[in-house]
Amino acid sequence: MAFTCSPFITCKKDLCFFSFHDHSASFIITDEKCKKTTSKKIVSVVSPHKNKRNPSSAAGSRKTPMTVTEKILAGASEKSEVKAGENAWVNVDVLMINDITCPGVSATFKKEFGNTAKVWDREKIVVIPDHYIFTNDERAHRNVDTARDFCTEQDIKYFYDIQDRTNFRANPDYKGVCHIALAQEGHCRPGEVLLGTDSHTTSAGAFGQFATGVGNTDAAFILGTGKILLKVPPTLRFVLDGEMPNYLLAKDLILDIIGEISMSGATYKTMEFVGTTIESLSMEERMTLCNMVVEAGGKNGIVAADQKTYQYLEDKTSAPFEPVYSDEKARFLAQYRFDVSKMEPLVAKPHSPDNRALARECSNVKIDRVYIGSCTGGKTEDFMAAAKVFLASGKTVKVPTFLVPATQKVWMDLYTLEVPGSGGKTCSQIFEEAGCDTPASPSCAACMGGPKDTYGRLNEPKVCVSTTNRNFPGRMGHKEGQVYLASPYTAAASALTGFVTDPRKFF
Amino acid sequence: MASFSAATVPQNLTFSSSNKLSFSLPPSSSSSSHFLSFPTSQPTLTTRLITSHQTPRAHAPPSASAAESSTSSFHGLCYVVGDNIDTDQIIPAEYLTLVPSNPDEYQKLGSYALIGLPASYPARFVQPGETKTKYSVLIAGANFGCGSSREHAPVALGASGAAAVVAESYARIFFRNSVATGEVYPLESEGRLCEECSTGDVVTIELAESRLINHTTGKEYSLKPIGDAGPVIEAGGIFAYARKTGMIPTR
Repeated sequence: MAFTCSPFITCKKDLCFFSFHDHSASFIITDEKCKKTTSKKIVSVVSPHKNKRNPSSAAGSRKTPMTVTEKILAGASEKSEVKAGENAWVNVDVLMINDITCPGVSATFKKEFGNTAKVWDREKIVVIPDHYIFTNDERAHRNVDTARDFCTEQDIKYFYDIQDRTNFRANPDYKGVCHIALAQEGHCRPGEVLLGTDSHTTSAGAFGQFATGVGNTDAAFILGTGKILLKVPPTLRFVLDGEMPNYLLAKDLILDIIGEISMSGATYKTMEFVGTTIESLSMEERMTLCNMVVEAGGKNGIVAADQKTYQYLEDKTSAPFEPVYSDEKARFLAQYRFDVSKMEPLVAKPHSPDNRALARECSNVKIDRVYIGSCTGGKTEDFMAAAKVFLASGKTVKVPTFLVPATQKVWMDLYTLEVPGSGGKTCSQIFEEAGCDTPASPSCAACMGGPKDTYGRLNEPKVCVSTTNRNFPGRMGHKEGQVYLASPYTAAASALTGFVTDPRKFF
Repeated sequence: MASFSAATVPQNLTFSSSNKLSFSLPPSSSSSSHFLSFPTSQPTLTTRLITSHQTPRAHAPPSASAAESSTSSFHGLCYVVGDNIDTDQIIPAEYLTLVPSNPDEYQKLGSYALIGLPASYPARFVQPGETKTKYSVLIAGANFGCGSSREHAPVALGASGAAAVVAESYARIFFRNSVATGEVYPLESEGRLCEECSTGDVVTIELAESRLINHTTGKEYSLKPIGDAGPVIEAGGIFAYARKTGMIPTR
């Protein structure tokens, strides 16, 4: 196959607002320059659930067209409309707190609201230990103990506790990586506002909701009031059209976008993803996309809810929700178009997520290890993708290959689900045959380094291809460690050769 | 929450007489009153510990009233970093087990501020064995504080004794956390001060005039007005601001 690097990105980057003519429930994009017209209409789904929002926020009663993010924030601040740039006190539907932030958050909460203060709503807070779990670090253990004390005292409904670190499966409540746990436990719902004490809370935007990260102090404020002061972000629209080539994953898409707009290209802005390619993505792939918007500085990422969203949520939540969509004449700050059929597998070279390069142009980079895990690249489909490459190759890995399933559920999937085309093998079997490490206990593990005894941590200046989200100096441990961010396909391909490798080699 | 300028300042930092900064407050929120009833504690008198750096900022008692006067200038040595300094470089992940509300651990966090910077930075922000920095002002390029949302980042800078950051631009979570905590004053420069100043230059920031003076080079630079964050910083952080605007009851 010949691949030319023809320009496939057109960008309208006017600084003035322009309106984007579109139907709210479909993504038919008409552009004179664009050869292909686009999509099948998204089914304008009638949600079987009750409308739980204030009727004044429902579509149709507003005068100014709004983007989906503006609509969500308007509804959440009990206003009929909001404009980009406006500050609003927003009601929070779900607040997520993890182990490394809970002590700080609860201490500030008590300091500001009093030692006997109660949280605003014990059912809207989800406390998820995930960052520093499987370690001998005593202070890391203390974090979870502190979180437990606080959750007990406040009778927090959702605390995914772990007490027996020697065997994660002995902990029925423990889930694993917070962003994946939130999705799997049905806490991500269209139209809602979800905040978390972690920058990758943006992942939940895949569910058509407003989701972003906040610090301890903001979280403590929300704990007491259920509200937060937010500035309404303007929206950048990313139109991705074209059939997804079989060697690309959502990770490649977002690495391309970040590489295109830079690490601060979306600062303070919403990244809204539309187009036929987006519609074709599974929920997990949409989560990968939204996960890394923060790497472009984005405030939140968002994909409109559709049939796939409802199907995913069917067995996970019975809470009512109301999906929201951008208005026909909503205004966007800028629009970027990508023809996905022309894209190629990418990596982000050390030391920044926007240091984009074609995987095939890095084939001379010798690597020391591969890491497949994290909220970005440790979901069931990510492992399925890696298994597909190992299966196609039939060979064994040339470098230590670390596998860290994001959650207990993912871990189970690795051991139970059959990989298509494998004749009945599970991911775990394929990984074993390929010589990978045994899948580890689910947590964030080495994505951000962590305590020195963390599984997969870079304790020496090694070169690692990783399915994680950041590669700043010292990110995975050692300051001189070299981290190449990549899709699970590319990571698996690289493991098989011992060099950064384009996965097409194995397809 | 005490206003940001109290407590942890390095010994070489001097203050000119404080003038009340005049920021215009945004219109008060029109949302329905959602007052929560909390046990009210005795308001404690806040002493402006200008010369002392013993009491950690995170432990300072909340302001009894918002009518306190505020700092109007910062003076001291500057430390210069480049673009895209992420929070892993400001405070590496292995130190996140330190809890800021614990005074000893707060001090420790300060000692690790910017320890993640690569070896290409010859001068350390905090000397090995020390807990405080000799630099009052951190000058940075674009996208300062990108990466993780860890509030430990502005806290570590504040705990180290830095008073202000002057960056070409900020990542949003870091900026927000700085404002919410009041740990460091996040200022934006017009242009790339990171190319104009060198580590060790003596600088003064005049807040009211939005001006930075580099005494070593003799040059002056404008700073951008603080904008919407102004009222929150002026009030002393998000909690103080919320009390001031009636969002939550005063203590």
